[in-house]
Amino acid sequence: MLEIKGLMADLQDEDKTILKGVDLNIGAGEVHAIMGPNGSGKSTLSYILSGKDGYEVTGGSAALDGDDLLDMEPEERAAAGLFLAFQYPVEIPGVGNMTFLRTAVNAQRKARGEDELSAGDFLKIVRAKAKDLQIDADMLKRPVNVGFSGGEKKRNEILQMAMLEPKMCILDETDSGLDVDAMKLVAEGVNALRSAGRSFLVITHYQRLLDHIKPDVVHIMADGRIIKTGGPELALEVENNGYADLLAEVV
Amino acid sequence: MAVAKLKSDATEARLAGLTLPAGLDTARKDALSRLIATGLPHKRDEYWKYTDPASLTQADAPQAALFHNDEGPMFDAIDRVKIVFVDGVFDADASDDLAADGVTITRLSDVADADIHWATELYGTLEARGQTPVERPLAALNSAFASDGVLIHATGKASKPINLIYLHGDTGSDVMLHSLVKVDAGAEVTLLETGPAAARFNSVLEVDVASKGAFHHVRSQGRDHERRAVTHCFARIEDEALFKSFTLTVNGKLTRNECIIEMLGDDAVAHVAGACVGDGNDFHHDDTVFITHDALNGESRQVFKKVLRNGAVGVFQGKILVKAGAQKTDGYQISQSLLLDEDSQFLAKPELEIYADDVACSHGSTSGAIDEDALFYLQSRGVPRQAATDLLTLAFLAESLEEIADEALADDLRERLEGWMARRG
Ligand SMILES: Nc1ncnc2c1ncn2[C@@H]1O[C@H](COP(=O)(O)OP(=O)(O)O)[C@@H](O)[C@H]1O
Ligand SMILES: [Mg+2]
Repeated sequence: MLEIKGLMADLQDEDKTILKGVDLNIGAGEVHAIMGPNGSGKSTLSYILSGKDGYEVTGGSAALDGDDLLDMEPEERAAAGLFLAFQYPVEIPGVGNMTFLRTAVNAQRKARGEDELSAGDFLKIVRAKAKDLQIDADMLKRPVNVGFSGGEKKRNEILQMAMLEPKMCILDETDSGLDVDAMKLVAEGVNALRSAGRSFLVITHYQRLLDHIKPDVVHIMADGRIIKTGGPELALEVENNGYADLLAEVV
Repeated sequence: MAVAKLKSDATEARLAGLTLPAGLDTARKDALSRLIATGLPHKRDEYWKYTDPASLTQADAPQAALFHNDEGPMFDAIDRVKIVFVDGVFDADASDDLAADGVTITRLSDVADADIHWATELYGTLEARGQTPVERPLAALNSAFASDGVLIHATGKASKPINLIYLHGDTGSDVMLHSLVKVDAGAEVTLLETGPAAARFNSVLEVDVASKGAFHHVRSQGRDHERRAVTHCFARIEDEALFKSFTLTVNGKLTRNECIIEMLGDDAVAHVAGACVGDGNDFHHDDTVFITHDALNGESRQVFKKVLRNGAVGVFQGKILVKAGAQKTDGYQISQSLLLDEDSQFLAKPELEIYADDVACSHGSTSGAIDEDALFYLQSRGVPRQAATDLLTLAFLAESLEEIADEALADDLRERLEGWMARRG
């Protein structure tokens, strides 16, 4: 599904190398987790995959089902099935959440040559999915993420994911700032979407999210590289011992 | 040459070909003396620092090509009294009967024959009051020479809006229209103004709203790229009266919209808003607002938003004057521009002058590019960059459109804006 080879990238403005050769292979239907200390490049990786400006890819490749991601506009990547749940969801004053969702869903349908959803159909689907995530009508009406609590923003990300039905979902610290109940909601939302054709890359600091979203593979990222890959037990090791030992191993 | 001499020469040249129309003789002569006393404005006048008035004051109107598009007339789905002027000339065939419940409508050019007492009293009066503390000579020029206009007297709740439709058919037309609105106590009327009117248009509107009356004004200035316009709206509002004015400006080589409001009664409310979208280095748009609070507990809001691209220039000069004794005034003013490229420019001069101690007044002015993070967020959800830009642009303008009380009118304006964005060059 997602194939990343030797991906290297600099920050454009500062001439600073952040990704120093990332290799990652995620098969269809798999859930991978990336853990790693702050500043190791996890968010940068997710931004580069989704096409954010400000980075320069200096080497390597990234492909989604064989199509070169790095060559596409961000909206093309989205239409191809890539989704990023942002670590810091963006506030958009003046654009209602519902309008935002409908615009996004219909833009992707259009890009794929499908008919737009009628207003009625769209409303029905949104309401059902929002209910599962305990997102009320008021939150759907308010401007995108404006005045939302941390937990509301993260649930809103999952709602978008549920509406867009991407095949490759990247979740960047979706658990941060969530209390236990909110985390369960989010995890249920994610688990409900798990299917043979859909893969997940879950970026997290903590093992606890992985109790709810069980990964097939766990990677440890440090200083712009994947330094270790293993099974779910690797997450437990981090939980118990921190990163120090793992980092020491590589040096 | 000294500015005074330049101004008096320009004024003389401008007046050379003009004769005072019949009717309202005293008011017109008084206006002419006001004009001669000050002279026409010059770019070295402080009040015209950001907008060169030369093309508004020169003797002949600069040519303006006609703009054709396939959009239907504005507000077409809304039941309204249509009053059509083509290059300033009343078109009886295209107009509806000048009648609706709750309101009487007369043409200005008929005032000489019909003795309309209130109009004789109001004509030029608010314009004259509005000449201090800042001179507005182009408004005095208009009071002296306006060829036509309408007189609207709301005696109750008007049954439908009155729509002045200004068509432009002659590339050299030079038009001055002057309209009056008198809203009696407790009465209510909505005035719509649409269209470019002329190659050069000078319009004055005087609005007198009595106690508990309400006046709604929604205007769309027409899409002609080359037209020039200077408009003045003078309003006097009494206690518990409501005044609301919104203007959409799309295109136009030069537009100067002045709005001068005196809040003379307690608990009065005045909202003035504008949305402008300008494209190209021959677009210049100026909103100049002066609100005077002279009574207790008044509320005023100014909300102006401008989207500028390809070298367009936007200007905002807004002042809130709170006189001594106008306690509990709540004055709010925001002017913002969204600059879609680095060539475009926004010049703002927000001012507060307050002589009362128990008031809440605030003003803010910002100018910025489109929010890249929001743009990327939308793109990452599959919305193409251009569509995302449009969505954010409309969102930016939303706060000004929210000032329109009537949703159907606001929706029509939103559609026009979407059309403008779709037709980018
Ligand atoms: N826009 C930016 N400006 C400056 N430094 C940045 C920027 N984006 C990322 N970095 C730097 O790149 C490194 C990796 O950051 P990030 O990808 O956010 O790490 P993580 O998500 O693993 O915490 C850090 O050293 C961070 O400070
Ligand atoms: Mg991060």
